[in-house]
Amino acid sequence: MAWAHQDKTAIVGVGATDYYVRGKSWPRTINDMAGEAILKACADAGISIKDVDGFSYYSTAGAGYLDKFDTASLMETLGMPHVSFSATLTSGGGGCVGAIGLATAGLMNEDCKYAVTVMALQQLPQHRLGVVFGAAAPSPENSFLQPSGLVGPGHLMSVLARRHMHLYGTTQDAFGEIVMATRANTHNRPKAVRKAPLTREEYETSPMLADPLRRLDFCLETDGAVAVITTTMDRAKDCRHKPAIVHACAHGGQREWGRAFAWMGMPDPHFASSGHKFTADRIWAQSGLSAKDMDVALLYDHFSPMVLMQLEDYGFCEKGEGNDYVLGGKIRYDAATGRGVNGGVPVNTHGGNLNEAYIIGMTHVVEAVEQVRGTAINQVTDCEFALASGGPASLPVSSLILRNA
Amino acid sequence: MSKTISYGPARLLPGEQIRISTNPDTEPFWQAAKEHRLTACQCARCGHFRMPPTPYCPECSSTEKVWPTLPGTGTVFSYVVCNKNPKNGEDFIYVPVVVDLDGAPGARLNANVTGCDAEDVHIGMKVTVEWTDIQDGWVLPNFRKV
Repeated sequence: MAWAHQDKTAIVGVGATDYYVRGKSWPRTINDMAGEAILKACADAGISIKDVDGFSYYSTAGAGYLDKFDTASLMETLGMPHVSFSATLTSGGGGCVGAIGLATAGLMNEDCKYAVTVMALQQLPQHRLGVVFGAAAPSPENSFLQPSGLVGPGHLMSVLARRHMHLYGTTQDAFGEIVMATRANTHNRPKAVRKAPLTREEYETSPMLADPLRRLDFCLETDGAVAVITTTMDRAKDCRHKPAIVHACAHGGQREWGRAFAWMGMPDPHFASSGHKFTADRIWAQSGLSAKDMDVALLYDHFSPMVLMQLEDYGFCEKGEGNDYVLGGKIRYDAATGRGVNGGVPVNTHGGNLNEAYIIGMTHVVEAVEQVRGTAINQVTDCEFALASGGPASLPVSSLILRNA
Repeated sequence: MSKTISYGPARLLPGEQIRISTNPDTEPFWQAAKEHRLTACQCARCGHFRMPPTPYCPECSSTEKVWPTLPGTGTVFSYVVCNKNPKNGEDFIYVPVVVDLDGAPGARLNANVTGCDAEDVHIGMKVTVEWTDIQDGWVLPNFRKV
C-alpha cells in the first residue's frame, strides 16, 4: 500500500561546510560548523533562518560522538523566532535518512513549516570514533563484548564480513572493487578528501587492520557539517531549486538484527547482512518500486563490505550474490553515458564515506538531492529515483527514496 | 588477493588490562565464571536462552531465569584477526571469536581464542573454555582450540 505521505514533502535546501581531515577543523567549533551548514541550506532553499521552525535530528541529537545538539541553544543563537517541532531518531548514524521521514511527520502534523536536519562532526583527539567503544568504561552489557578486544566499529564489521565470506564465498577482491569503483567518482569533486584514483596494487598493500578488512575498507575520519531543509510540497514550489520529493522513507529494523554489534546474536542469514532488509522491504512496499527502478543508490559505506550486503538486502542482487554483482562492475558510474555499467545501478556517485567525506551519512542525502535535481557533479542521466540509506548500525537503520519533480 | 597472512600464535589479551561491570541481570553469569563454571541465561518458564542476560525473555516475557552449567565447549561462528593491543596500540596478535555455545542454542559469547596460529582459526572450529583472571577478582571465559 502506498505511503500516506508519499510525495507530500520535499528536501528544498542543502548546505555543507568544507570537509576536513579528522581534527583539522580546529579552531572552528562544532556549533560554528553546524551554523554554517544550516545557514547555507537556508540560502540554497531561498528562505531565511527566521522561517525555520523545526528540528529533525538523528543519532539521538548527537553532534559527532560526544557532543549534543541543543535546540534551545541553536534556535536562540541563530535567531529563529520560535520552534514548534524538535525531535530525534534514536541510536546513531543508522537514522540519517530516516530523519527526513521524521521531518515529514512534523510537517504533515502541521507542527512546523520548515524542518532542518543537521549533523556536525569534529573529531578532536578525545572524540575519535575508532576508539569510542574502547574508551568507554564497559557497561554490564558491553562487558560481554569489549573484553574480547572488539573495540572499534571496524572490528565489529569484520566479524560480519568474515561470516559472509564463509557462507557465500565472498572475496576481498569485491571489497577492493567497492573502494576503487567509488574512488573513481571523486577525482572531479573539489571538496572530496581522497581524489587520487586508486589502483588495485595500492588497495592490496593497504595495511590489514582487522583481517579481512584493510585500512582502505574503512571510511574516512572527517570533520565538517551538513544540513538539509525539508518542507511541504506547496511551500517547496516557492523555493529556489526543483524540489527533491520525499517518495518513501522508513526507519526501524527487525528483532533478528536487534542489538546487532552489541550482541552478535543475529541468526543466519541476518548475521552476514546489513540489517536493512526490514526498511528496504518497507520502502518498496510504500512505493511499489524495487531496486531495478532506482537510477542511483547512495549506500551508507562506513565499511566496504556493508555496501555489498546492502546491495543484497535492497535486492539489487540476490542474497549471497553480492560478490559477483560487484565484481561484474555493476556499481560503477560511467561518466561518458551518465549511466550504470553492465546493467547495474551506479552506487555512491559522490565517492561516499570511503572517499569523499564521512559526516555520519548526511553526504548521501545531499548527493541524492543533487541527483534528482539534476545538478550532481557526476550526474546520472534522467535521474528520476535516488535511493539513500543510513546504517548498517544499531537499530533503527533507515531508507529513503527521493524523486525528481 | 586473498592470500593468507602468516600471523603466528593467537594470544589472549592480558587479563590485567580487562575490566568488567555487572548488574543484577548479568551477575550470576560472572559469579559462575569465578568458579570456572560456564553458564548462560535461560528462561525458567520456556527454556529459551538469551545472552547477554536481560530482564525479560524475548519469547515469553518471563523474568524467571536459570543458570545451567554448560559443557564449556562451542563452535566458532565468526571471527576477526586483530594485530594491535587495543589498550596501548602495540603489536599483538589476537582473534576475537563469536562462539555458539554447546548446550545453549542461540546463545553466543564473544571472546579470544588461543591454542593455534591466528591464520588457522576458522568458522566451524571446535573450542573449549579457558579461564582468564581479570581485574577486580573477576574471571573471563576465553577459548582454546580443541
